[in-house]
Amino acid sequence: MSTSATSPVSAPPHAATRPPVLEIGGLSVDYGVGDGAVRALHDVDLTLRRGEVLGLAGESGSGKSTLAYAVTRLLSPPGVITGGDVRYHPRGGEPVDVLAMTPGELRAFRWQEVSIVFQGAMNSLNPVHTVRTQLTDVLKAHRPQMSRAERVGRARELLSLVGISPDRLGAYPHQLSGGMRQRVMIAMALALEPEIVVMDEPTTALDVVMQRQILRQLVRLREELDFSVVFITHDISLLIEFSDRIAIMYGGRVVEQAGAAEIYRDPRHPYSHGLLHSFPALHGPRRELTGIPGSPPDLRAMPSGCAFHPRCPKAFEPCGLRTPHLAPVPGTGTGSDTDTDTGNDTETGRSVACWLNDDRRDGEA
Amino acid sequence: MKFVLQRLAFYLLTAWAAITINFLIPRLMPGDPVQSLLARYQGQLSSKSIASLEALFGLDRDRSLWQQYTDYWAGLARGDLGTSFTYFPTPVSEVISQSLPWTLALVGTTTLISFLLGTGIGIFAGWKRGSWLDGLLPVTTFISAIPYFWLGLIAIAVFAVQWPLFPASGGYDASLVPSLSGAFVSSALYHAVLPGVTVVLSAMAGWVLGMRNMMVTVSSEDYVMVAQAKGLPERRVMFSYAARNAILPNVSGFALSLGFIVGGTLLVEMVFSYPGIGYVLFQGVGAKDYPLMQGVFLIITLAVLAANLLADLLYMILDPRTRKEG
Amino acid sequence: MAVQASESAAVTAVPAAPPAARRDRLRFLRNGKTATGLAILGLFVLLAVAGQWLAPHDPSAMSDDVLQPPSWEHPFGTTQTGQDIFSQVLVGTRGVLVVGFVAGFFATLLSVLVGVSSGFLSGIGDEVLSALTNIFLVLPGLPLIIIIASFLPDSGDVIIAVVISLTAWAWGARVLRAQTMSLRARDYVQAARATGESTWRIIVFEILPNLTAVIASGFVGTVIFAVLSEITLAFIGVADISHWNWGTILFWAQSNQALGQGAWWWFVPAGLCIALLGTALTLINFGIDEFVNPRLRTAVRVRGGARMRVGFTPVARAPRGGAKSARDAREAGGARETEESTV
Repeated sequence: MSTSATSPVSAPPHAATRPPVLEIGGLSVDYGVGDGAVRALHDVDLTLRRGEVLGLAGESGSGKSTLAYAVTRLLSPPGVITGGDVRYHPRGGEPVDVLAMTPGELRAFRWQEVSIVFQGAMNSLNPVHTVRTQLTDVLKAHRPQMSRAERVGRARELLSLVGISPDRLGAYPHQLSGGMRQRVMIAMALALEPEIVVMDEPTTALDVVMQRQILRQLVRLREELDFSVVFITHDISLLIEFSDRIAIMYGGRVVEQAGAAEIYRDPRHPYSHGLLHSFPALHGPRRELTGIPGSPPDLRAMPSGCAFHPRCPKAFEPCGLRTPHLAPVPGTGTGSDTDTDTGNDTETGRSVACWLNDDRRDGEA
Repeated sequence: MKFVLQRLAFYLLTAWAAITINFLIPRLMPGDPVQSLLARYQGQLSSKSIASLEALFGLDRDRSLWQQYTDYWAGLARGDLGTSFTYFPTPVSEVISQSLPWTLALVGTTTLISFLLGTGIGIFAGWKRGSWLDGLLPVTTFISAIPYFWLGLIAIAVFAVQWPLFPASGGYDASLVPSLSGAFVSSALYHAVLPGVTVVLSAMAGWVLGMRNMMVTVSSEDYVMVAQAKGLPERRVMFSYAARNAILPNVSGFALSLGFIVGGTLLVEMVFSYPGIGYVLFQGVGAKDYPLMQGVFLIITLAVLAANLLADLLYMILDPRTRKEG
Repeated sequence: MAVQASESAAVTAVPAAPPAARRDRLRFLRNGKTATGLAILGLFVLLAVAGQWLAPHDPSAMSDDVLQPPSWEHPFGTTQTGQDIFSQVLVGTRGVLVVGFVAGFFATLLSVLVGVSSGFLSGIGDEVLSALTNIFLVLPGLPLIIIIASFLPDSGDVIIAVVISLTAWAWGARVLRAQTMSLRARDYVQAARATGESTWRIIVFEILPNLTAVIASGFVGTVIFAVLSEITLAFIGVADISHWNWGTILFWAQSNQALGQGAWWWFVPAGLCIALLGTALTLINFGIDEFVNPRLRTAVRVRGGARMRVGFTPVARAPRGGAKSARDAREAGGARETEESTV
């Protein structure tokens, strides 16, 4: 047992003990079929717990958006899900496999249970319909019993929820500013009070002040409405600030996941370390900005072994030969007893896929 | 409103350009067509026809080009397009006004039907890409490559000669006098079936291909994905999100298509001896009846411009971004 | 600047790096539609060159075999005066292609000149050129061609081709203007301007190479239009009917009442040739479209026959056992790796 020199940090207890709402197991995704196929996700395991904000970070091409869209089966052609399962746990019900749903079931599931705020609100709104139409059609589809007046009432309510005057209901998307459009998308995502809201780079197109304003609003709404959030961004400092737990992705794999504070204090994967030093932190002590040398790997020509090893300052001989898998980091809580039924106790504590942490792993084995 | 005024100004400019081109063409041509015409008709042309020709070609040496131009405009303002010598002594304007309704009815109806049908098929073919509907594409491509008039010839060979189901030529039964009586209208409709179907088939192919490609392109827009993510019914996503946006370039590309369709329809009229403006043009071309040809060209151009203005208005209704802010 | 380079490569159709360009060009040719189109077009080009010698008869020579249906002697039958229609079609191919390509060339030249300058200039020059483009776009082309051609004392192939190209450049110019405007705003063009490169250098070396696909597609489109227009002119007797082309055959068929006499062979072969040539050119253009617009190109089926569609990602999971064994293998591998590392 090498509890090692690292400080004994632990995830906030509430995050670790909450029941799961979405369990992703062994999810693999290809782009294209046949010889031209390129693997974009490799055997990803990840659990989202009820009421938590899970951050997904990584450079572009790391698979973070692919993961989010694969979970909802919204990946555009030529994306194909080639393996794994995605189990959704409804409140007080048996888990269902999203990947086995028929189109009809999927339609009923979408937005009701999982809604998405897409990257780039510029193109997320249909340019030829008013905000009202786009807010009410989702109500019409999922709440057929609502009257027209009730739907419009709800739409007004949603707009005020995100701080937009309800009289903008009649506006077309091109008449709104970028920030307003993004708020409309958030209002739309909350229309049915879903269990999970996926936010894909929700604020990248906006200026910093607007970003924080919208994110604060989101945190407040999350506290009021108690949904879980999957928050995707390449800006890890935003994640540290706004999420409970963070999963870091590289080359289509999760390479490290831990509580936000833990990652900030003590990143275990050299890539996480590099990411943390690529963005200035808005709060807390100054750190040196070093960045990561090199560029993200080409999916068509992934390096052997650990995909990060060509860029890794700490690479040593096993890195280029064998692929490290996500394994728990000892001394960070190896799973509470209540969750053994999920059969995946790596999810409760922090885990990392790096040969540097190997001495700790064999201690556990 | 600003958009409409802009378009209106543009069409006025285009109409001016068309009229000016029409004025200049005979004056810029090399050779002496009038002499060759006089030789061809060997004194059968009346003095009125000759005067009309001389004015057309600007042979009156006493008047400057500018004076001729103003005369030309003055003539147009009076509705005077010269005198036809194939239909002598009928003025060109009268020949045109008799044949124009036939063409307007034929082109209008067939354009509308082919646009609706073609766009509809294109929506499904683009949305259900990869399904059996893809099998339609080679057929559609082939049809779109066939000249309208040849399809008309085939239609006549099959449905008028081989199996005489429809009349091979004319716009109505020769024994009837044009009127709005039931007998005449039904005869006119009966005669319009073959030319109409020919134009619809030919014109439709282009709409199908264009709409299909736009549907495929628009289907990967973010807002279509959002609509799918919202769990909206398939029909709503397909029509209200994808097709509603995919149709916009088709409407704004209407100008080009309309030119093709009108050109094609003129030829179909010739093949079917349909009493429209295309048949008149054919007569004029055969007899080198220049005043008639020019009048026909002018009227066709003005009609196409008017139709384009209508398409622009439709576009304005369909695309809120062209409407005024607020 | 890696980001900049990759962005320009992704957005524009024509890649910058030579090896990538070669690979992409090969992919363009591998496209089934393009290959079919090029093969058919190649056949017609061959006929245009060699038709004169391949023709078994003099296309204008009359004989006693009057209005014969197709036979071994006359594969496409004969006309009312005993001319061999097969020979007419063969000999007529050249005129059709010459007019098509000459008109396509001139119209493309015009559209590049007008479109690119209009897109690159701004202010009054652009306004004038784009107004001119739009005017020619809405003027109905075929009637204008008919009028001009019938005023001309000489209506040989090249003259007709030039007249057609005068009315057919506007569409290409409009598309090129839009493309040029978007290219002009790109970083690398801005950079070239900032470093003081001359406008001509920028247009020739930075802009034009990126417009290749659009220009090619405009050229093919114009050839289709030109072929149809020329045949139409010949059919209504405006073009010189002493030259054989497919339209002239149809002209004689129509004026000799071939339809009424049931002589289908007189007008069917020429029409099919037109349609076949048009289809070939359209297929080439589809290939170019798919090359430019990757959304049209993506595979649409996965194994098991599931159709790829937007919004419903297909799930092609290996059979249950397979997935399990894959997992087992992974776990076994993990265990082995652990073992190795303990050594």
